[in-house]
Amino acid sequence: MKSLGTSAVTAAALGADNVAKGLAQANAERPQGPGAVAVTLTVNGEKKALMLEPRVTLLEALRGNAGLTGAKESCDRATCGACTVLLNGTPVYACSILAIEAQGAEITTIEGIARDGSTGLTAGGKLSALQKAMVDKDGLQCGFCSPGMIMVLTALLRKNPRPTEADVRRAVAGNLCRCGSYPRIFAATLAASGQKPVTKLNLISLHDHAVA
Amino acid sequence: MPWPKETKYLGKETPRVEGPAKVTGRAKFTSDVAPAGVLYGAIFRSKWPAAHVKSVNLEKAKVAPGIKAAILAQDGEFDVRYYGDEIAAIAGTSKQAVLDALALIEVNAEPRPFVAKELDAMKADAPQVAAGKANLTEGAAKETGNVDAAFTSSAAVVETTVSTPIQVHHPMEPHGHTVQFDGDEMTAWSSTQGVFACRDSFAKSMNLAQNKVRVTCEHMGGGFGSKFNPGAEGLLCAKLAQAAGAPVKLMLTRFEQGLAVGNRPSSFQKLKLGADAEGKLTAFEIYSFGTPGYAAGANQGGGSGGASFPAPYIYKPAATRVKQGSVAVNAGQSCAFRAPGHPVASLGMEAVLDDLAVKLGVDPVEIRIKNDPHEIRRKEYALGAEKFGWKQKYRKPGTSPGAMKTGVGVAGAAWMSGGRGTQAEIQVNSDGTVEVRVGTQDLGTGSRTVVQVVAAEMLGLTPGEITVRIGDSRFPPSGSSGGSQTTASVSPAIFDTCENVLAELKKLSGIEDPRGANWKAACAKIGSQPLQVRGKWREGLSTGGAGGVQFAEVEVDTDTGFVKVKKILVVQDCGLVVNKLTCESQINGGVIMGLGYALYEQRVMDARTGFVLNATLENYKVPGAPDMPDIEILLLDMPERGVIGVGEPCTVPTASAIANAVANALGVRVPDLPITPDRVLAALGKVPKSNAATVAVPPSPEDAFARVAAAPSVPWVESNGGCHSYT
Repeated sequence: MKSLGTSAVTAAALGADNVAKGLAQANAERPQGPGAVAVTLTVNGEKKALMLEPRVTLLEALRGNAGLTGAKESCDRATCGACTVLLNGTPVYACSILAIEAQGAEITTIEGIARDGSTGLTAGGKLSALQKAMVDKDGLQCGFCSPGMIMVLTALLRKNPRPTEADVRRAVAGNLCRCGSYPRIFAATLAASGQKPVTKLNLISLHDHAVA
Repeated sequence: MPWPKETKYLGKETPRVEGPAKVTGRAKFTSDVAPAGVLYGAIFRSKWPAAHVKSVNLEKAKVAPGIKAAILAQDGEFDVRYYGDEIAAIAGTSKQAVLDALALIEVNAEPRPFVAKELDAMKADAPQVAAGKANLTEGAAKETGNVDAAFTSSAAVVETTVSTPIQVHHPMEPHGHTVQFDGDEMTAWSSTQGVFACRDSFAKSMNLAQNKVRVTCEHMGGGFGSKFNPGAEGLLCAKLAQAAGAPVKLMLTRFEQGLAVGNRPSSFQKLKLGADAEGKLTAFEIYSFGTPGYAAGANQGGGSGGASFPAPYIYKPAATRVKQGSVAVNAGQSCAFRAPGHPVASLGMEAVLDDLAVKLGVDPVEIRIKNDPHEIRRKEYALGAEKFGWKQKYRKPGTSPGAMKTGVGVAGAAWMSGGRGTQAEIQVNSDGTVEVRVGTQDLGTGSRTVVQVVAAEMLGLTPGEITVRIGDSRFPPSGSSGGSQTTASVSPAIFDTCENVLAELKKLSGIEDPRGANWKAACAKIGSQPLQVRGKWREGLSTGGAGGVQFAEVEVDTDTGFVKVKKILVVQDCGLVVNKLTCESQINGGVIMGLGYALYEQRVMDARTGFVLNATLENYKVPGAPDMPDIEILLLDMPERGVIGVGEPCTVPTASAIANAVANALGVRVPDLPITPDRVLAALGKVPKSNAATVAVPPSPEDAFARVAAAPSVPWVESNGGCHSYT
C-alpha cells in the first residue's frame, strides 16, 4: 500500500516548474505537433537530438529513441517508480511527463549514476557507494525496480547523507518492489551512508539447539 | 550427502553475480531488447465480459500510417468470455501509430449475459459462462473414517467460515516477448520461467520444428508462477513477426496484467473441526468453492487451475470429509501462483484450528505441536515460540487494553519442493577461466549465483573466476522454474559436472588434485581446444519437503480498523543452504507477498459491468516500503538433507499468522481476506446500520455451500500432486 506514495509526484510538479522556463526558451520559435517535432534532451550530460511526437513521454523517448533502457516501464501510470529519473536532481516518474516538457533540464538516468561519470553502458564504470551497497547487501531480486529505487535513493543521499531508516522508507514510498526486497533496500541505503544495518538472519543448526 | 563439510562459499553470503548489471541499468530484460527494425506490438481486447464475435474488420487498421501487420486472435466466429479477452493484434513502427490504429478496429459482436462474482454465479438462474455447462464444477469428494460419529464424540467442535480473494501476480516486469524470424528460424526473447517449455510451446503453436526455435531469457523481472508458457501474447507476437516480416516486441501494459495473465483463485470455505479434551484433533469437514476464472473445473494444469486446494492442510485427523467445487465467472483465468493452493488452504485450516484452541482453552502453539505430524515443524514451533517470546506475548483473545489492540498469531507451511533433471556443461580454457552453461533461468531468485557458488566451491576457485551463462534453450536443458525446484535441480547438476571436470583435468594434467592452488598449472596443459565436460542431476544431493512456521505480531486500531503488522518471525528449513544472502531475500519476499495477501490485495470485479475495477497498481494494492514489518528469519541449517528450495513455503503461512493475530487482538475473527479497515470495523459491529443499508449486501454463501454439498461427487484426484505431503 503506497500510503506515502506522493513524494515523486510532488517532485515531478516542482521539476516541471523549472522545466517550463527552459521549455519556453527552447521551443519559442518552433511549431509543435501533432506530427514529430525536433526535441533536444540533455541526458547524463549529453545532448540528444530526437524527432518525437509531442505526446511521447520522457520514458518512451529515453528507452525507445535515446537507447537508454535502464529506466523501466512497469505501471506507466505514476505508481510504481520503476521509470524514475532525475530532472535537475529531483526524482520524477519519467512515464508521466512528456519528453518535450523535459527539454532544457538536466536529465540523469541510472546509466549516468556510476561515480566516475561513465554512462554505465560499459562494464568498466565504477559503482556508486549506493550501487555497491545494493549489490553487497542484496537490495534487489529480479532487479526490475532497482534503477528507479537507486535514482530515488541517490537523490535522498545527496540531500541527506545520513538518513534514518524512516527517511529511507519515506523516500521509496513511491516505488514498488514485487519481489519484496524492501528490507534489504533499507539495509543497503544505510550501509551506503556508512551506517550499520541490523541483520535479521540467523543461521542455526537444529541439532545444536536445546529443543532439538 | 556428498556435499563438502567444510565450505568456503556454500552456505555463505555471495552477492548475486548479475547485481552490478542490474544496478547500473546494463542488464537487458526482454523489454530492453531491440533488434534492428523492431516493431511495436499490441493486443486489441474485448470490451465485453461476454459476447459472441461475428466478425472483426482489420482493414482500416491495416492501412493506417506505420502499421505493418494486423492479425486475428481467432478465425471465424467465436465467443469472448471476459473483459480483456484477446480479439486481434497489430504491429507498427511506433507505439503512437499502434495506439491510433487500435481505435480503427471494428468488431461486430452480440453481447451476452455475464456473471462476474462467485456467489452470483452459484445461483441456479445465473448466466452460463460456458454455454450449456453449469458454472459449478461438481465437488470432488473425499471421505475417511466415520466423520459424523467422530464429531459427536468430540469434546469440542467449532465451525468457521472464511474467504480468500483473487490475488494477481503483478510481477514488476509485465508479460511479453520480442520475436524475430530469420528464414524458418525463430528467436524469442521471452520473459519466462521456462526457456525450454516456452520453446516447445512456440514450436507447437507456430508449427515449427523444435530445433528451429530458440528462446532466451537473460534477465527477467519476476513471474511468481504466471510465466510458464508464452501465453496468448507470445503467440500473437510471433504471428505478428511472421506477418510483418520484421521483429516485433509485444509487452503487455499494467492494465492488461490485471486482466488477462493469471491469478490465484478465490475461495469460500466452510470448515468444521473437532478435538478431544486434550486438544488432539478427531474430525474435520470442509465445503469449499472458488473461482479459477472463465474456465472452471478442478484439477487443471498449472497447479491450481481449478479452485481446489489441499485439505485438511498439514493436520491429519482420522475422520475427514472434503468437498470442493470450482465456479466459473466471466473473468480472466487463474494459473499457478507461488505455492498454488497452499496459502488458501492454510488460511482456513489455521483459522479453524485457532478457534478450536480458544474454545478448548489450549495455547495455539501447543495445539499445533500436539497435532502436527512432522517432527521438523514441531521443533520449529518450539524454537520460534522461544525466540518470539510467545508465552509473554500471548493473551486471551480481545483482552489487550485500550483502543489500540495488540495480538499474536502463528501458522505453518508444507511444501513438496524437490527437483531433478537438469543437465549442465562446463568449458575450461587453458588460461584457467571457467564458463558454466545451463538452460535454467533466473527469476530474481538468484539461480545464476547458485550455479556460480556451487562451481566455485567444487573447483576450489573464487566465484569471480566462474562465468555463468543461463537462460537460453541452446544450453543443456533444465526444467521450468516452479515448485521451488530450481536450486535442488540445478545444484546437483553443477556438482556432478564439476566432479567430471576434475576427473578429466586430472587425467589430462597428471595432477592428482587440480583444484584451487593447482588449478592454473592443470589448465595450462589443456592446449588450444578448451576442455568441455557435461554432467547431470543425480540422486543424493537434493531432496524435497520444506516446512517452516511463522509468528506474527499485529496492532489493530479499533477506532479506524487499520491493521499494522509489527513483526514477523520466520523459522524456515531448506536443507543445505547454498547462498544465505539470496535465501534471506527470497524469504523476505515470500513474507511480504503474504502480507499483501493478508491485508491489501484483491481483484475487485464490478457485478454490473463485468470490469475489473482495479486492474492497475494504483488501485490494486501491493505492499510498499511504509508497510514493512520487522522481519526476522531463523534459517535452520540441515546440510545432511541436501539442497531444498524455499521460494514457496515461505509465503504460505504469513497471511494465516496475521489473520490469527488480528483475531487474537480483537477477540473476533475477520473472516475475509484481505483484512481491510472496513472489514475490521464490521467485525467489531462498528459499521452504522444506516450506512450499511446503502451498500449492496452480497448474497450469503450458505446457499452456495449447500449446493457444493449436494452436488454429485466425482472421484477425488489430488489437486497438487501431493504437494502438501512433507517427506
